[in-house]
Parts: sequence; structure tokens; C-alpha cells
Amino acid sequence: MSRRRPVAMLLLLGALALAAAALAVDPTEMPTPQLQARYVALTHELRCMQCQNETLADSPVQLAADLRAEVRDMLLAGKSDEEIRAFMVARYGDFILFRPRFTARTAWLWLAPGILLLVGAAVLVRVMRQRAALLAGDIEPVEDDGRN
Amino acid sequence: MNRFLLPLGAFLLLVVVLAIGIRHAPEKDIIASPLIGKPAPAFSLPDLSDPSRTVRSSDLRGRWYLFNVWGTWCYECRAEHQTLLEVQQAARLPIIGLDWKDDDAQARDWLAQLGNPYERVAVDHVGRTAIDWGVYGAPETFLVSPEGTVVYKLVGPLTQATWTRDILPRLSRQPLPGS
Repeated sequence: MSRRRPVAMLLLLGALALAAAALAVDPTEMPTPQLQARYVALTHELRCMQCQNETLADSPVQLAADLRAEVRDMLLAGKSDEEIRAFMVARYGDFILFRPRFTARTAWLWLAPGILLLVGAAVLVRVMRQRAALLAGDIEPVEDDGRN
Repeated sequence: MNRFLLPLGAFLLLVVVLAIGIRHAPEKDIIASPLIGKPAPAFSLPDLSDPSRTVRSSDLRGRWYLFNVWGTWCYECRAEHQTLLEVQQAARLPIIGLDWKDDDAQARDWLAQLGNPYERVAVDHVGRTAIDWGVYGAPETFLVSPEGTVVYKLVGPLTQATWTRDILPRLSRQPLPGS
């Protein structure tokens, strides 16, 4: 049993590698590395509207394939990334962007983490100061509770 | 006592914020269409009943119409089909179909068997028109005004309830042609 384990492990790893290859739903290849990089970036920041929690790049559904084809064609036609995002937002709304734009409505979304971090830091500093003051003022010898 | 007041206050504030969020959250699967109030996207597609003819969005100007996206592969479209027939008979409102990514012969069979509520059906094999309309799942239904403006969008099957609650009041603001 124990001697077979490395073999089983290798088989499992091989299967996982194959699974990863099979999971790549998008075989699209762009003519230049630059276009390929922009294509990959855009399809990873646009939402598959049908499945909603997947990106266009990861979704196997037909609509995602159609929208990837739109992205590809617009890139090949020389459109900018911003033009492509605008095309998608005009049809599907802001919801299609996984990275929301900074507007009055989404400001709190972008600012809240920073504000919360500052609040947390302030609380931390205060607690540390209080503890330091407690230690400095603690002149009572530790009582021997007899355990040692 | 005082040291509990601040965390308790923060916790209550969080509860209030989350409660407001839950109360006001739109239904998860219904996403407001950015098309509402905007001109209906133009299209020019073959007619299902006679592919040599063309259905053009410009032909539809001047009257109210429902634009209904469907397909024979779409389970819920079957559920809404009866409502479409009833609405078409009762309201004298033209319904334009968009047969989305479908097989023409199957679509014609479907209409022959279940009845045809559509004035015309445009065939979108590649799905480009559906993308222009921001369609992400069938069935979807749009109400378009005589000026060619999208007034309302429904995601999911049309029911008598949504018809009377959401569509009819929007229509009655302006008289239907011939009524």
C-alpha cells in the first residue's frame, strides 16, 4: 500500500495538470503579445452576465464566448481598452465591470477600506499605549502561586 | 461600563448599515438595463417566416411594441408563451420576437405548435443584436415607445401580473393606436 503511494500521487498530479488545461475555456490567440496581454486583461475584468460571479475569461457559457469575440474583434479593429469597456457598459451597465469606476455612487466602496484601516490603526495604537502604561505602573511583585 | 459602549455603538451602526443594504438590495438576478430611456438599438435581421425578407428596427417606428427575446432551447420561454398569446390578443400591442441563437426549423415548429403571438420574428443566429440590447438570458422583454425609446425591460418570463403591474400603466400614459 505505502509503496504505491508515490505512483498514485504522480497520477493525481498528472490528472490535475490535465484538468487545468481542460478548464482553460478560452483558446483565443491574438496576433501580437501586446494584443494578447490586453485581451487577457480585459476578459478578466469583465463579468459574465449569465453566471455573474465569473469573468468572461473563465466562463464556458455561449454568451461569454460571444462577448469575448466582441472584445477580440474590437481589439483587432484598433479600439482602446476604454472604448471596449464603454461598449460593454452601454449595453450591460456598470455591473459588467468587476472593477467599479470611481464615481459619486461608488466612492464609499473605494474609500471605506482605507478609512476602516485608519480606524483600526488608531484603536491599535490606543490599546498599545494603555497596555504600556499599565505595565509601567505595575510595581506589585508577582505573587508566588506555588505552581513552580 | 464605558469601554463596552464604543464597540456596542459600532456594532449597532453596522447592524443598521447592513439592514438598510438588505432592505434596498435589488433582486440579485435583475440588473437594471442602461438602455432604459435610450433609443432602442437598431437591427436589420432576416424574418423567421421568410428569410429572404428583412426585419428592420426602423420599420417599427411610430407605434408601441414589445420586443421579446426567446429561443426554443429556452425552458422559461415555453412558460411565458401562453401569456404572450393572451397579451397579444387582449392589447392589440404588436410583439416583435427576437429568435436568439436558435434553429430556424425548430423555431417555426414551435410557433406552429404553440401558436404565434409575434407580428414578426427577427432571427439572430450570431447573437450580435442580442448583445446590442444587453440581453443576458432568455426570456427578456422590452417595451419600446413610438419614438423608438426603450421604456421598460423585464428579465424572466412575462406573467399576467407583471403585464398589469409594470407594462399596462406605462402604455396607458399614451393612447394605443386604434384605441
